[in-house]
Amino acid sequence: MTSMTALTSGHYRRGEMHEFQAADQPFVYLVSAGAIFALDEGAHAVLRRLEHEQLSHADLVQALLDTGYDRTDAEDLIRELLFVNGIVSDAVRPAIALAPQTPPADFPLQALVLNITNQCNLACTYCYEFGDDKIATPRGKPKYMSLETARASVDFLLEKSAGANGAHITFFGGETLMNFKLLRDVVLYAREQAGAKGRTIGFSLTTNATLLTDEIIAFLSEQEIGVTVSMDGPPDLQDKRRVYKSGKGSYAVIEPRLRKLIAQHRTRAITARVTLTDGVTDVIRIYRHLKDDLGFHEVGFAPVTNSGERDYMIDDSGMDDVLAQFHELADEWLEHALRGQMHGFSNVSETIGELIQGVNKSHPCGAGLGLLGVSPSGDLSPCHRFTDADTHTLGHISIGIDQDKRQDFLSRGHVSAKYECQSCWARPLCAGGCHHEAFVRYGDTGHANLHYCDWIRQWTDTCLRIYGAVSVQNPEFLERFAARKGLS
Amino acid sequence: MKHLRPVNKKADRIVQTAALMEEDVVALQQQPRPHVPMGCTLSFSPGWEVDAGGGTAGLCQPVERDIYDCYVTCFWPVQVADHVNYSSDWAANCAVATKDWRNLDLVFP
Repeated sequence: MTSMTALTSGHYRRGEMHEFQAADQPFVYLVSAGAIFALDEGAHAVLRRLEHEQLSHADLVQALLDTGYDRTDAEDLIRELLFVNGIVSDAVRPAIALAPQTPPADFPLQALVLNITNQCNLACTYCYEFGDDKIATPRGKPKYMSLETARASVDFLLEKSAGANGAHITFFGGETLMNFKLLRDVVLYAREQAGAKGRTIGFSLTTNATLLTDEIIAFLSEQEIGVTVSMDGPPDLQDKRRVYKSGKGSYAVIEPRLRKLIAQHRTRAITARVTLTDGVTDVIRIYRHLKDDLGFHEVGFAPVTNSGERDYMIDDSGMDDVLAQFHELADEWLEHALRGQMHGFSNVSETIGELIQGVNKSHPCGAGLGLLGVSPSGDLSPCHRFTDADTHTLGHISIGIDQDKRQDFLSRGHVSAKYECQSCWARPLCAGGCHHEAFVRYGDTGHANLHYCDWIRQWTDTCLRIYGAVSVQNPEFLERFAARKGLS
Repeated sequence: MKHLRPVNKKADRIVQTAALMEEDVVALQQQPRPHVPMGCTLSFSPGWEVDAGGGTAGLCQPVERDIYDCYVTCFWPVQVADHVNYSSDWAANCAVATKDWRNLDLVFP
Protein backbone atom coordinates (compact mmCIF):
# COMPACT_ATOMS: atom_id res chain seq x y z
CA MET A 1 0.00 0.00 0.00
CA THR A 2 2.94 2.32 0.65
CA SER A 3 3.54 3.11 -2.95
CA MET A 4 -0.04 4.17 -3.49
CA THR A 5 0.01 6.46 -0.49
CA ALA A 6 1.10 10.01 -1.07
CA LEU A 7 4.20 10.81 0.94
CA THR A 8 4.29 13.97 2.87
CA SER A 9 7.96 13.93 3.80
CA GLY A 10 10.92 13.81 1.48
CA HIS A 11 11.44 15.25 -1.97
CA TYR A 12 10.28 14.10 -5.36
CA ARG A 13 12.42 13.74 -8.43
CA ARG A 14 11.82 12.18 -11.82
CA GLY A 15 12.10 8.42 -12.06
CA GLU A 16 14.26 6.65 -14.63
CA MET A 17 12.56 7.18 -17.96
CA HIS A 18 12.80 8.16 -21.58
CA GLU A 19 10.27 10.73 -22.73
CA PHE A 20 9.13 10.95 -26.30
CA GLN A 21 6.47 12.61 -28.40
CA ALA A 22 4.26 10.85 -30.88
CA ALA A 23 1.11 12.02 -32.65
CA ASP A 24 1.54 15.34 -30.79
CA GLN A 25 1.23 13.63 -27.43
CA PRO A 26 3.75 13.13 -24.65
CA PHE A 27 4.70 9.57 -23.69
CA VAL A 28 7.09 8.00 -21.21
CA TYR A 29 9.02 4.77 -21.48
CA LEU A 30 9.64 3.69 -17.89
CA VAL A 31 12.93 1.92 -17.53
CA SER A 32 12.34 -0.03 -14.33
CA ALA A 33 9.45 -1.92 -15.95
CA GLY A 34 9.62 -1.46 -19.71
CA ALA A 35 6.14 0.07 -19.50
CA ILE A 36 4.87 2.76 -21.87
CA PHE A 37 2.32 5.36 -20.75
CA ALA A 38 0.70 8.26 -22.55
CA LEU A 39 0.68 11.31 -20.27
CA ASP A 40 -2.03 13.86 -19.83
CA GLU A 41 -1.17 17.55 -19.54
CA GLY A 42 -0.88 17.44 -15.76
CA ALA A 43 1.45 14.46 -15.64
CA HIS A 44 3.58 16.02 -18.34
CA ALA A 45 3.67 19.29 -16.39
CA VAL A 46 4.86 17.50 -13.24
CA LEU A 47 7.74 15.93 -15.14
CA ARG A 48 8.63 19.34 -16.61
CA ARG A 49 8.52 20.91 -13.15
CA LEU A 50 10.89 18.25 -11.79
CA GLU A 51 13.27 18.47 -14.69
CA HIS A 52 15.80 20.69 -12.93
CA GLU A 53 14.84 20.58 -9.27
CA GLN A 54 13.43 18.34 -6.60
CA LEU A 55 10.25 19.37 -4.81
CA SER A 56 8.66 18.47 -1.49
CA HIS A 57 5.17 17.06 -1.49
CA ALA A 58 3.68 20.35 -0.31
CA ASP A 59 5.54 22.36 -2.97
CA LEU A 60 4.52 19.99 -5.74
CA VAL A 61 0.89 20.08 -4.64
CA GLN A 62 1.06 23.86 -4.45
CA ALA A 63 2.56 24.02 -7.94
CA LEU A 64 -0.37 21.98 -9.24
CA LEU A 65 -2.91 24.08 -7.31
CA ASP A 66 -1.39 27.17 -8.93
CA THR A 67 -2.05 25.72 -12.36
CA GLY A 68 -5.71 25.17 -11.56
CA TYR A 69 -5.83 21.66 -10.09
CA ASP A 70 -7.98 20.99 -7.08
CA ARG A 71 -6.27 19.34 -4.15
CA THR A 72 -7.75 15.87 -4.53
CA ASP A 73 -6.84 15.72 -8.18
CA ALA A 74 -3.31 16.95 -7.47
CA GLU A 75 -2.87 14.24 -4.82
CA ASP A 76 -4.22 11.62 -7.24
CA LEU A 77 -1.83 12.69 -9.94
CA ILE A 78 1.16 12.50 -7.62
CA ARG A 79 0.05 9.10 -6.34
CA GLU A 80 -0.28 7.72 -9.85
CA LEU A 81 3.13 8.97 -10.90
CA LEU A 82 4.67 7.54 -7.74
CA PHE A 83 3.03 4.19 -8.27
CA VAL A 84 4.49 3.71 -11.74
CA ASN A 85 7.90 5.12 -10.68
CA GLY A 86 7.43 8.09 -13.00
CA ILE A 87 8.48 10.12 -9.99
CA VAL A 88 10.34 8.81 -6.97
CA SER A 89 10.70 10.10 -3.44
CA ASP A 90 13.90 10.14 -1.44
CA ALA A 91 11.77 9.24 1.58
CA VAL A 92 11.30 5.79 0.11
CA ARG A 93 14.31 3.57 0.14
CA PRO A 94 14.60 2.08 -3.35
CA ALA A 95 14.33 -1.65 -3.58
CA ILE A 96 17.73 -3.27 -3.63
CA ALA A 97 18.67 -4.02 -7.21
CA LEU A 98 18.57 -7.70 -7.92
CA ALA A 99 21.98 -9.28 -8.05
CA PRO A 100 22.70 -11.34 -11.17
CA GLN A 101 20.90 -14.56 -10.60
CA THR A 102 21.44 -17.72 -12.46
CA PRO A 103 18.18 -19.26 -13.54
CA PRO A 104 17.41 -22.62 -12.01
CA ALA A 105 19.25 -25.59 -13.48
CA ASP A 106 15.99 -26.89 -14.91
CA PHE A 107 15.24 -23.66 -16.82
CA PRO A 108 13.26 -24.99 -19.78
CA LEU A 109 15.01 -25.21 -23.11
CA GLN A 110 12.95 -23.86 -26.00
CA ALA A 111 15.24 -24.05 -28.97
CA LEU A 112 18.38 -25.70 -30.25
CA VAL A 113 20.52 -24.44 -33.09
CA LEU A 114 22.05 -27.46 -34.79
CA ASN A 115 25.22 -26.63 -36.67
CA ILE A 116 24.87 -29.62 -38.92
CA THR A 117 28.10 -28.79 -40.69
CA ASN A 118 30.95 -26.37 -40.17
CA GLN A 119 31.82 -26.52 -43.87
CA CYS A 120 30.82 -23.85 -46.35
CA ASN A 121 30.94 -23.58 -50.11
CA LEU A 122 31.27 -19.80 -49.97
CA ALA A 123 34.12 -17.79 -48.53
CA CYS A 124 32.46 -14.53 -47.49
CA THR A 125 35.31 -12.31 -46.42
CA TYR A 126 33.60 -11.03 -43.26
CA CYS A 127 32.41 -14.40 -41.94
CA TYR A 128 32.57 -14.68 -38.15
CA GLU A 129 33.14 -18.40 -38.42
CA PHE A 130 35.98 -18.38 -40.94
CA GLY A 131 37.12 -14.75 -41.24
CA ASP A 132 39.82 -12.84 -39.38
CA ASP A 133 37.82 -12.56 -36.18
CA LYS A 134 36.88 -16.21 -35.95
CA ILE A 135 36.75 -17.82 -32.54
CA ALA A 136 35.93 -21.33 -33.78
CA THR A 137 38.62 -23.98 -33.38
CA PRO A 138 37.32 -26.73 -35.68
CA ARG A 139 40.67 -28.46 -36.24
CA GLY A 140 40.42 -32.19 -35.63
CA LYS A 141 36.66 -32.06 -35.07
CA PRO A 142 33.95 -33.61 -37.23
CA LYS A 143 32.99 -31.52 -40.25
CA TYR A 144 29.48 -32.92 -40.51
CA MET A 145 27.09 -33.78 -37.72
CA SER A 146 26.33 -37.48 -37.51
CA LEU A 147 22.79 -38.80 -37.39
CA GLU A 148 23.52 -40.18 -33.95
CA THR A 149 24.48 -36.75 -32.59
CA ALA A 150 21.49 -35.15 -34.30
CA ARG A 151 19.06 -37.66 -32.82
CA ALA A 152 20.61 -37.26 -29.40
CA SER A 153 20.08 -33.50 -29.82
CA VAL A 154 16.41 -33.96 -30.63
CA ASP A 155 15.96 -36.22 -27.61
CA PHE A 156 17.83 -33.71 -25.46
CA LEU A 157 15.60 -30.86 -26.65
CA LEU A 158 12.37 -32.77 -26.07
CA GLU A 159 13.51 -33.83 -22.63
CA LYS A 160 14.71 -30.40 -21.54
CA SER A 161 11.65 -28.62 -22.89
CA ALA A 162 9.15 -31.02 -21.34
CA GLY A 163 6.15 -29.12 -20.06
CA ALA A 164 6.42 -26.43 -22.71
CA ASN A 165 3.97 -26.35 -25.60
CA GLY A 166 6.37 -26.24 -28.46
CA ALA A 167 10.04 -26.65 -29.15
CA HIS A 168 12.09 -25.33 -32.03
CA ILE A 169 15.09 -26.50 -34.01
CA THR A 170 17.09 -24.14 -36.20
CA PHE A 171 19.49 -25.67 -38.70
CA PHE A 172 22.66 -23.74 -39.20
CA GLY A 173 26.15 -24.08 -40.66
CA GLY A 174 28.63 -23.59 -42.24
CA GLU A 175 26.32 -23.88 -45.16
CA THR A 176 23.36 -25.79 -43.80
CA LEU A 177 22.34 -27.35 -47.11
CA MET A 178 25.73 -29.06 -47.48
CA ASN A 179 24.22 -31.55 -45.05
CA PHE A 180 20.65 -31.56 -46.34
CA LYS A 181 20.36 -35.31 -46.06
CA LEU A 182 20.85 -35.09 -42.31
CA LEU A 183 18.46 -32.15 -42.08
CA ARG A 184 15.74 -34.22 -43.73
CA ASP A 185 16.36 -37.18 -41.46
CA VAL A 186 16.33 -34.97 -38.37
CA VAL A 187 13.04 -33.30 -39.31
CA LEU A 188 11.36 -36.65 -39.83
CA TYR A 189 12.84 -38.12 -36.66
CA ALA A 190 11.95 -35.06 -34.56
CA ARG A 191 8.36 -34.97 -35.86
CA GLU A 192 7.97 -38.63 -35.02
CA GLN A 193 9.44 -38.26 -31.51
CA ALA A 194 7.47 -35.12 -30.75
CA GLY A 195 4.28 -36.68 -32.12
CA ALA A 196 4.72 -39.73 -29.89
CA LYS A 197 4.87 -37.40 -26.89
CA GLY A 198 1.91 -35.31 -28.06
CA ARG A 199 4.19 -32.33 -28.58
CA THR A 200 4.71 -29.96 -31.48
CA ILE A 201 8.06 -28.96 -32.89
CA GLY A 202 8.94 -26.21 -35.35
CA PHE A 203 11.89 -25.81 -37.67
CA SER A 204 13.82 -23.13 -39.47
CA LEU A 205 17.09 -22.88 -41.27
CA THR A 206 19.58 -20.32 -42.42
CA THR A 207 21.22 -20.75 -45.78
CA ASN A 208 23.22 -18.90 -48.42
CA ALA A 209 20.77 -20.30 -51.02
CA THR A 210 23.46 -21.55 -53.40
CA LEU A 211 22.46 -25.20 -53.01
CA LEU A 212 18.66 -24.91 -53.15
CA THR A 213 17.04 -27.42 -55.49
CA ASP A 214 13.42 -28.12 -56.41
CA GLU A 215 13.49 -31.18 -54.21
CA ILE A 216 14.81 -29.22 -51.22
CA ILE A 217 12.32 -26.39 -51.73
CA ALA A 218 9.44 -28.87 -51.89
CA PHE A 219 10.60 -30.50 -48.66
CA LEU A 220 10.96 -27.16 -46.86
CA SER A 221 7.50 -26.07 -47.91
CA GLU A 222 5.86 -29.39 -47.14
CA GLN A 223 7.44 -29.51 -43.67
CA GLU A 224 6.68 -25.84 -42.96
CA ILE A 225 10.29 -24.96 -42.34
CA GLY A 226 11.04 -21.24 -42.00
CA VAL A 227 13.87 -20.04 -44.20
CA THR A 228 16.31 -17.20 -43.60
CA VAL A 229 18.63 -16.40 -46.47
CA SER A 230 21.90 -14.66 -45.71
CA MET A 231 22.41 -12.24 -48.57
CA ASP A 232 23.57 -8.70 -49.02
CA GLY A 233 21.51 -7.24 -51.87
CA PRO A 234 21.60 -6.67 -55.62
CA PRO A 235 24.48 -8.17 -57.68
CA ASP A 236 27.07 -5.43 -57.17
CA LEU A 237 26.64 -5.53 -53.37
CA GLN A 238 26.08 -9.27 -52.96
CA ASP A 239 29.18 -10.09 -55.00
CA LYS A 240 31.42 -7.72 -53.11
CA ARG A 241 31.97 -10.04 -50.15
CA ARG A 242 29.65 -13.02 -50.55
CA VAL A 243 31.97 -14.92 -52.83
CA TYR A 244 33.22 -18.41 -53.63
CA LYS A 245 36.75 -19.36 -52.68
CA SER A 246 37.78 -18.45 -56.24
CA GLY A 247 36.54 -14.92 -55.63
CA LYS A 248 33.57 -15.34 -57.93
CA GLY A 249 30.38 -13.68 -56.72
CA SER A 250 27.34 -15.74 -55.74
CA TYR A 251 24.45 -13.57 -56.94
CA ALA A 252 24.00 -15.22 -60.33
CA VAL A 253 23.86 -18.64 -58.69
CA ILE A 254 21.33 -17.79 -56.02
CA GLU A 255 18.97 -15.50 -57.92
CA PRO A 256 17.01 -18.15 -59.88
CA ARG A 257 16.98 -20.39 -56.79
CA LEU A 258 15.56 -17.61 -54.62
CA ARG A 259 12.81 -16.85 -57.09
CA LYS A 260 11.79 -20.50 -57.02
CA LEU A 261 12.02 -20.68 -53.26
CA ILE A 262 9.82 -17.63 -52.78
CA ALA A 263 7.32 -18.76 -55.41
CA GLN A 264 7.03 -22.36 -54.25
CA HIS A 265 7.52 -22.23 -50.46
CA ARG A 266 4.22 -20.79 -49.23
CA THR A 267 3.92 -22.21 -45.73
CA ARG A 268 6.34 -19.98 -43.83
CA ALA A 269 7.80 -16.51 -44.15
CA ILE A 270 10.98 -16.24 -46.18
CA THR A 271 13.35 -13.74 -44.63
CA ALA A 272 16.53 -12.11 -45.87
CA ARG A 273 19.25 -11.25 -43.40
CA VAL A 274 21.68 -8.61 -44.64
CA THR A 275 25.13 -7.96 -43.24
CA LEU A 276 26.17 -4.33 -43.65
CA THR A 277 29.85 -3.75 -44.36
CA ASP A 278 32.08 -1.02 -45.73
CA GLY A 279 30.63 -0.11 -49.13
CA VAL A 280 27.51 -2.20 -48.52
CA THR A 281 25.47 0.42 -46.72
CA ASP A 282 22.91 1.23 -49.36
CA VAL A 283 20.08 0.11 -47.09
CA ILE A 284 17.16 1.39 -49.12
CA ARG A 285 18.39 0.06 -52.43
CA ILE A 286 19.08 -3.32 -50.79
CA TYR A 287 15.64 -3.35 -49.17
CA ARG A 288 13.87 -2.49 -52.42
CA HIS A 289 15.71 -5.18 -54.29
CA LEU A 290 15.12 -7.92 -51.75
CA LYS A 291 11.53 -7.00 -50.90
CA ASP A 292 10.16 -5.72 -54.20
CA ASP A 293 12.31 -7.35 -56.88
CA LEU A 294 12.91 -10.75 -55.28
CA GLY A 295 9.82 -10.87 -53.07
CA PHE A 296 11.20 -11.68 -49.60
CA HIS A 297 8.54 -11.29 -46.93
CA GLU A 298 10.86 -9.67 -44.44
CA VAL A 299 14.30 -8.13 -44.59
CA GLY A 300 16.53 -7.50 -41.57
CA PHE A 301 19.85 -5.69 -41.41
CA ALA A 302 22.81 -5.83 -39.03
CA PRO A 303 26.23 -4.24 -39.21
CA VAL A 304 29.03 -6.80 -39.48
CA THR A 305 30.47 -8.16 -36.23
CA ASN A 306 34.17 -7.41 -36.05
CA SER A 307 37.02 -6.61 -33.70
CA GLY A 308 37.01 -2.93 -34.68
CA GLU A 309 40.12 -3.21 -36.84
CA ARG A 310 38.85 -4.74 -40.05
CA ASP A 311 38.84 -3.13 -43.47
CA TYR A 312 35.28 -4.34 -44.07
CA MET A 313 33.89 -2.62 -40.97
CA ILE A 314 31.63 0.41 -41.30
CA ASP A 315 33.11 3.63 -39.95
CA ASP A 316 31.13 6.17 -37.91
CA SER A 317 30.03 8.27 -40.86
CA GLY A 318 28.97 5.08 -42.60
CA MET A 319 26.86 4.19 -39.59
CA ASP A 320 25.24 7.63 -39.60
CA ASP A 321 24.33 7.05 -43.22
CA VAL A 322 22.90 3.62 -42.36
CA LEU A 323 20.85 5.08 -39.53
CA ALA A 324 19.47 7.84 -41.78
CA GLN A 325 18.26 5.19 -44.21
CA PHE A 326 16.87 3.08 -41.38
CA HIS A 327 14.81 6.11 -40.39
CA GLU A 328 13.48 6.45 -43.89
CA LEU A 329 12.36 2.83 -43.89
CA ALA A 330 10.98 3.27 -40.38
CA ASP A 331 8.79 6.14 -41.63
CA GLU A 332 7.56 3.83 -44.34
CA TRP A 333 6.84 1.14 -41.74
CA LEU A 334 4.71 3.67 -39.83
CA GLU A 335 2.80 4.72 -42.95
CA HIS A 336 2.05 1.08 -43.65
CA ALA A 337 0.93 0.47 -40.06
CA LEU A 338 -1.40 3.47 -40.13
CA ARG A 339 -2.96 2.03 -43.27
CA GLY A 340 -3.22 -1.30 -41.49
CA GLN A 341 -0.57 -3.02 -43.61
CA MET A 342 2.45 -5.05 -42.54
CA HIS A 343 5.80 -3.75 -43.70
CA GLY A 344 8.75 -6.06 -44.24
CA PHE A 345 11.49 -4.11 -42.44
CA SER A 346 12.08 -6.53 -39.61
CA ASN A 347 14.41 -4.25 -37.62
CA VAL A 348 11.29 -2.23 -36.75
CA SER A 349 8.93 -5.20 -36.46
CA GLU A 350 11.16 -7.00 -33.96
CA THR A 351 11.44 -3.98 -31.69
CA ILE A 352 7.72 -3.21 -31.91
CA GLY A 353 7.01 -6.79 -30.84
CA GLU A 354 9.17 -6.28 -27.75
CA LEU A 355 7.59 -2.93 -26.99
CA ILE A 356 4.09 -4.42 -27.12
CA GLN A 357 5.10 -6.86 -24.39
CA GLY A 358 7.17 -4.38 -22.44
CA VAL A 359 10.07 -6.80 -22.19
CA ASN A 360 12.65 -6.11 -19.53
CA LYS A 361 15.58 -8.37 -20.24
CA SER A 362 18.02 -9.83 -17.77
CA HIS A 363 20.11 -11.00 -20.72
CA PRO A 364 20.34 -9.67 -24.27
CA CYS A 365 18.99 -12.87 -25.80
CA GLY A 366 18.11 -16.45 -25.00
CA ALA A 367 21.64 -17.80 -25.46
CA GLY A 368 22.47 -20.19 -22.64
CA LEU A 369 18.92 -19.79 -21.27
CA GLY A 370 16.19 -21.16 -23.53
CA LEU A 371 18.53 -21.61 -26.46
CA LEU A 372 21.72 -23.58 -26.99
CA GLY A 373 23.92 -24.29 -29.98
CA VAL A 374 25.13 -27.78 -30.88
CA SER A 375 28.29 -28.18 -32.94
CA PRO A 376 28.83 -31.02 -35.44
CA SER A 377 30.79 -32.86 -32.73
CA GLY A 378 27.93 -32.53 -30.22
CA ASP A 379 29.53 -29.80 -28.10
CA LEU A 380 26.98 -27.45 -26.56
CA SER A 381 27.54 -23.71 -26.78
CA PRO A 382 25.50 -20.63 -25.84
CA CYS A 383 24.40 -20.19 -29.47
CA HIS A 384 25.43 -20.93 -33.05
CA ARG A 385 27.96 -18.11 -33.02
CA PHE A 386 30.06 -19.94 -30.43
CA THR A 387 29.99 -23.24 -32.27
CA ASP A 388 33.26 -25.15 -32.22
CA ALA A 389 34.91 -22.54 -29.99
CA ASP A 390 36.70 -24.54 -27.31
CA THR A 391 36.71 -21.64 -24.88
CA HIS A 392 32.93 -21.39 -24.91
CA THR A 393 31.61 -24.94 -24.67
CA LEU A 394 28.80 -25.41 -22.16
CA GLY A 395 28.90 -29.18 -22.08
CA HIS A 396 28.24 -31.95 -24.58
CA ILE A 397 25.04 -33.42 -25.94
CA SER A 398 25.97 -36.81 -24.45
CA ILE A 399 26.41 -35.53 -20.89
CA GLY A 400 24.21 -32.44 -20.88
CA ILE A 401 24.82 -28.88 -19.76
CA ASP A 402 27.91 -28.02 -17.74
CA GLN A 403 26.11 -25.99 -15.06
CA ASP A 404 29.24 -24.24 -13.75
CA LYS A 405 30.20 -22.94 -17.16
CA ARG A 406 26.66 -21.95 -17.90
CA GLN A 407 26.44 -20.09 -14.62
CA ASP A 408 29.66 -18.24 -15.40
CA PHE A 409 28.39 -17.29 -18.85
CA LEU A 410 25.02 -16.10 -17.56
CA SER A 411 26.43 -14.15 -14.60
CA ARG A 412 28.77 -12.27 -16.92
CA GLY A 413 26.04 -11.57 -19.41
CA HIS A 414 23.46 -10.34 -16.88
CA VAL A 415 22.54 -6.72 -17.53
CA SER A 416 23.12 -5.70 -13.93
CA ALA A 417 26.72 -6.93 -14.20
CA LYS A 418 27.35 -4.38 -16.96
CA TYR A 419 28.33 -1.12 -15.33
CA GLU A 420 27.70 1.16 -18.29
CA CYS A 421 24.17 -0.16 -18.79
CA GLN A 422 23.03 1.00 -15.35
CA SER A 423 22.52 4.59 -16.48
CA CYS A 424 21.08 3.76 -19.90
CA TRP A 425 17.35 4.00 -20.51
CA ALA A 426 17.47 1.49 -23.37
CA ARG A 427 18.72 -1.39 -21.22
CA PRO A 428 15.37 -3.22 -20.83
CA LEU A 429 15.51 -3.98 -24.56
CA CYS A 430 19.25 -4.09 -25.24
CA ALA A 431 20.71 -5.55 -22.03
CA GLY A 432 24.19 -4.81 -23.34
CA GLY A 433 23.87 -6.47 -26.73
CA CYS A 434 25.14 -9.64 -28.37
CA HIS A 435 27.42 -11.84 -26.22
CA HIS A 436 29.38 -12.92 -29.29
CA GLU A 437 29.86 -9.40 -30.60
CA ALA A 438 31.13 -8.38 -27.16
CA PHE A 439 33.61 -11.24 -27.11
CA VAL A 440 34.96 -10.44 -30.56
CA ARG A 441 35.22 -6.75 -29.74
CA TYR A 442 36.29 -6.75 -26.09
CA GLY A 443 37.37 -10.31 -25.33
CA ASP A 444 34.56 -10.77 -22.78
CA THR A 445 31.04 -11.99 -23.44
CA GLY A 446 29.92 -9.92 -20.45
CA HIS A 447 31.16 -6.59 -21.80
CA ALA A 448 28.53 -4.06 -22.88
CA ASN A 449 28.75 -3.38 -26.61
CA LEU A 450 29.73 0.24 -26.11
CA HIS A 451 30.49 0.82 -29.78
CA TYR A 452 26.80 0.87 -30.64
CA CYS A 453 25.17 2.42 -27.55
CA ASP A 454 24.31 5.73 -29.24
CA TRP A 455 23.02 3.87 -32.21
CA ILE A 456 20.78 1.61 -30.12
CA ARG A 457 19.37 4.53 -28.16
CA GLN A 458 18.54 6.45 -31.32
CA TRP A 459 16.97 3.41 -32.87
CA THR A 460 14.95 2.55 -29.78
CA ASP A 461 13.70 6.14 -29.63
CA THR A 462 12.61 5.91 -33.27
CA CYS A 463 10.73 2.68 -32.62
CA LEU A 464 9.10 4.15 -29.50
CA ARG A 465 7.82 7.10 -31.53
CA ILE A 466 6.43 4.73 -34.14
CA TYR A 467 4.83 2.71 -31.37
CA GLY A 468 3.30 5.80 -29.77
CA ALA A 469 1.92 7.05 -33.08
CA VAL A 470 0.34 3.70 -33.95
CA SER A 471 -1.08 3.37 -30.42
CA VAL A 472 -2.95 6.65 -30.94
CA GLN A 473 -3.85 6.51 -34.62
CA ASN A 474 -4.38 2.80 -35.28
CA PRO A 475 -4.40 0.84 -32.01
CA GLU A 476 -6.14 -2.15 -33.63
CA PHE A 477 -3.04 -2.63 -35.75
CA LEU A 478 -0.94 -3.32 -32.65
CA GLU A 479 -3.44 -5.95 -31.52
CA ARG A 480 -3.36 -7.65 -34.89
CA PHE A 481 0.41 -7.39 -34.97
CA ALA A 482 0.67 -8.99 -31.52
CA ALA A 483 -1.65 -11.80 -32.54
CA ARG A 484 0.29 -12.42 -35.72
CA LYS A 485 3.58 -12.53 -33.85
CA GLY A 486 2.08 -14.85 -31.27
CA LEU A 487 2.41 -12.24 -28.51
CA SER A 488 -1.16 -12.10 -27.31
CA MET B 1 -5.56 5.78 -13.49
CA LYS B 2 -6.77 9.12 -14.72
CA HIS B 3 -3.59 10.86 -15.79
CA LEU B 4 -1.57 8.02 -17.28
CA ARG B 5 -2.87 5.88 -20.11
CA PRO B 6 -1.18 2.49 -20.42
CA VAL B 7 -0.20 1.69 -24.01
CA ASN B 8 1.63 -1.62 -23.73
CA LYS B 9 1.06 -4.88 -21.89
CA LYS B 10 3.53 -4.14 -19.12
CA ALA B 11 1.80 -0.83 -18.45
CA ASP B 12 -1.57 -2.64 -18.40
CA ARG B 13 -0.28 -4.97 -15.74
CA ILE B 14 0.94 -2.09 -13.59
CA VAL B 15 -2.47 -0.43 -13.82
CA GLN B 16 -4.18 -3.67 -12.84
CA THR B 17 -1.92 -3.94 -9.82
CA ALA B 18 -2.77 -0.37 -8.89
CA ALA B 19 -6.47 -1.14 -9.08
CA LEU B 20 -6.01 -4.15 -6.80
CA MET B 21 -4.16 -2.05 -4.27
CA GLU B 22 -6.77 0.67 -4.20
CA GLU B 23 -9.66 -1.66 -3.48
CA ASP B 24 -10.50 -3.10 -0.09
CA VAL B 25 -10.15 -6.77 0.57
CA VAL B 26 -13.64 -8.22 1.03
CA ALA B 27 -15.07 -11.68 1.56
CA LEU B 28 -15.58 -13.79 -1.54
CA GLN B 29 -14.01 -11.10 -3.67
CA GLN B 30 -13.13 -13.13 -6.70
CA GLN B 31 -15.23 -12.53 -9.80
CA PRO B 32 -18.15 -12.88 -10.23
CA ARG B 33 -18.94 -11.43 -6.84
CA PRO B 34 -19.82 -12.79 -4.44
CA HIS B 35 -17.68 -15.70 -5.48
CA VAL B 36 -19.03 -18.75 -3.66
CA PRO B 37 -16.66 -21.68 -4.10
CA MET B 38 -18.12 -24.97 -5.31
CA GLY B 39 -19.57 -26.92 -2.44
CA CYS B 40 -19.59 -23.99 -0.07
CA THR B 41 -22.76 -22.67 1.48
CA LEU B 42 -23.16 -19.47 3.34
CA SER B 43 -26.02 -20.14 5.69
CA PHE B 44 -26.01 -21.44 9.24
CA SER B 45 -29.47 -22.96 9.40
CA PRO B 46 -29.32 -25.33 11.17
CA GLY B 47 -25.62 -25.64 10.33
CA TRP B 48 -23.64 -24.84 7.29
CA GLU B 49 -23.94 -28.36 5.94
CA VAL B 50 -26.62 -27.61 3.40
CA ASP B 51 -26.56 -27.33 -0.32
CA ALA B 52 -27.54 -24.33 -2.36
CA GLY B 53 -31.20 -25.38 -2.18
CA GLY B 54 -31.22 -25.72 1.60
CA GLY B 55 -31.11 -29.54 1.62
CA THR B 56 -28.30 -32.04 1.90
CA ALA B 57 -28.79 -33.90 -1.36
CA GLY B 58 -26.51 -31.67 -3.34
CA LEU B 59 -23.48 -31.59 -1.10
CA CYS B 60 -20.38 -32.10 -3.14
CA GLN B 61 -18.41 -33.69 -0.31
CA PRO B 62 -19.28 -35.87 2.66
CA VAL B 63 -20.19 -33.55 5.52
CA GLU B 64 -17.17 -34.58 7.57
CA ARG B 65 -14.88 -33.59 4.80
CA ASP B 66 -16.30 -30.11 4.78
CA ILE B 67 -14.96 -29.43 8.23
CA TYR B 68 -11.48 -29.47 6.83
CA ASP B 69 -12.37 -27.85 3.54
CA CYS B 70 -13.72 -24.88 5.37
CA TYR B 71 -11.27 -24.86 8.23
CA VAL B 72 -8.06 -25.21 6.23
CA THR B 73 -8.65 -24.04 2.72
CA CYS B 74 -11.31 -21.42 3.29
CA PHE B 75 -11.58 -19.19 6.31
CA TRP B 76 -14.58 -17.04 5.59
CA PRO B 77 -17.45 -16.79 6.02
CA VAL B 78 -18.49 -20.22 7.29
CA GLN B 79 -18.69 -20.65 10.99
CA VAL B 80 -15.56 -22.63 11.68
CA ALA B 81 -12.56 -21.56 13.61
CA ASP B 82 -9.90 -19.58 11.80
CA HIS B 83 -7.04 -21.85 10.87
CA VAL B 84 -4.83 -19.08 9.51
CA ASN B 85 -4.60 -16.59 12.34
CA TYR B 86 -5.99 -17.69 15.69
CA SER B 87 -6.88 -21.33 15.94
CA SER B 88 -4.23 -23.23 14.08
CA ASP B 89 -4.54 -26.21 16.47
CA TRP B 90 -8.33 -26.31 16.59
CA ALA B 91 -8.44 -29.72 14.89
CA ALA B 92 -5.30 -31.08 16.51
CA ASN B 93 -7.24 -33.72 18.44
CA CYS B 94 -9.45 -34.65 15.56
CA ALA B 95 -7.41 -36.87 13.29
CA VAL B 96 -10.37 -38.62 11.69
CA ALA B 97 -13.44 -36.44 11.58
CA THR B 98 -15.93 -39.34 11.49
CA LYS B 99 -14.51 -40.73 14.77
CA ASP B 100 -13.00 -37.80 16.56
CA TRP B 101 -15.50 -35.02 15.87
CA ARG B 102 -16.38 -34.82 19.55
CA ASN B 103 -12.93 -33.41 20.19
CA LEU B 104 -13.71 -30.33 18.17
CA ASP B 105 -14.44 -27.68 20.72
CA LEU B 106 -15.81 -24.20 20.80
CA VAL B 107 -13.35 -21.42 20.31
CA PHE B 108 -13.14 -18.75 22.98
CA PRO B 109 -11.52 -15.70 21.52
